[in-house]
Amino acid sequence: MPSEATVTITVKLFASFRRGRFKEASRDYSAGARIADVIADLGIEPKDIGMIFVDGKHADPDRALRAGEALALFPLLGGG
Amino acid sequence: MIDADRAFLLAQGLDGLLSWAAQVRVAETLGLSLGEVEEAALVEGLLPSRYTRNCATFSIADQLRFRRARVGVVGCGGIGGYVVEGLARVGVGAIVAVDPDSFEESNLNRQLLCTIAALGTAKVDAAASRVAAINPAVTIVARRERLTRENGAQLLEGCAAVVDALDSIGARKELRAVCDDLATPMIHGAIAGWYGQICDAFPGDAALDRLYGRGDGPGEQTRLGNPAFTPMAAAAFQIAEVCKIIAGQGKPLRGRALMLDMSEGDVEVVAFADEAR
Repeated sequence: MPSEATVTITVKLFASFRRGRFKEASRDYSAGARIADVIADLGIEPKDIGMIFVDGKHADPDRALRAGEALALFPLLGGG
Repeated sequence: MIDADRAFLLAQGLDGLLSWAAQVRVAETLGLSLGEVEEAALVEGLLPSRYTRNCATFSIADQLRFRRARVGVVGCGGIGGYVVEGLARVGVGAIVAVDPDSFEESNLNRQLLCTIAALGTAKVDAAASRVAAINPAVTIVARRERLTRENGAQLLEGCAAVVDALDSIGARKELRAVCDDLATPMIHGAIAGWYGQICDAFPGDAALDRLYGRGDGPGEQTRLGNPAFTPMAAAAFQIAEVCKIIAGQGKPLRGRALMLDMSEGDVEVVAFADEAR
């Protein structure tokens, strides 16, 4: 069981961010963790991120995450 | 069209269809272009036989809308080659193809219009040859140049929709600005490896700002490359978006983006909660 000092969030990864990671996972972070902390924990380079959603809404990396929220990260796709 | 010409045209039809041979005959006899004959036939409710299999999906009125439409295709490589092909087969009357590049060997793995014989030739010239081979009634405007904020409006003026078949994020941002200036919907598609994304960006929509709003990296395609199947898939969705917008059918991918993961066989549509920018 997560302690009070942790928050459980759902992380959804899109496209190439799934490679070597996962598509969707429930993960525990310390209370007060920001989106940027999750990005660093996942080993994703901030410059490769195109879009960040929390519960379907656009969000900035310095936003703190609350228990039960769903974070979605989308990479930059530029080929054609 | 005068009554005698109309009567001649109608007499060439059979069971509501106009064969290609008859279309050529009408054009030669009446001194019209093949495109003019196609349009006149559709106005008279006569369907060129080549569109027989379109007609359970699109009405003759829709076919006439395609005939009268001009659509821009910016980039004639992986996605763009298929888009040009698809629009010509659908029966879009005029296609403006824009690309400064020539074919090279690394294009052979995926680009429809790239053949060994075409290596070193301009991509837009290959697009023009292909359209002429499929349907000479379709006008193709081949522009061998890079689209910029400066020349964009002149290149794409009058287009009902513009297909983004570019290969860099910076070029897409420029195209978005041009389409906003022209108040033309931009049909966005981008790929990398097994992955793709498709959405419609209508003037003022935030879609492209969202998708490319964050990082300043070059994009995953620089690491993952582009295999044969991802541009095909993205192009198919983009062609369908063009048809939907012109025919006023279906539900455009506006305010939403389709995220394609062909490695997982997975398609997910994500909505932009705050669509206006």
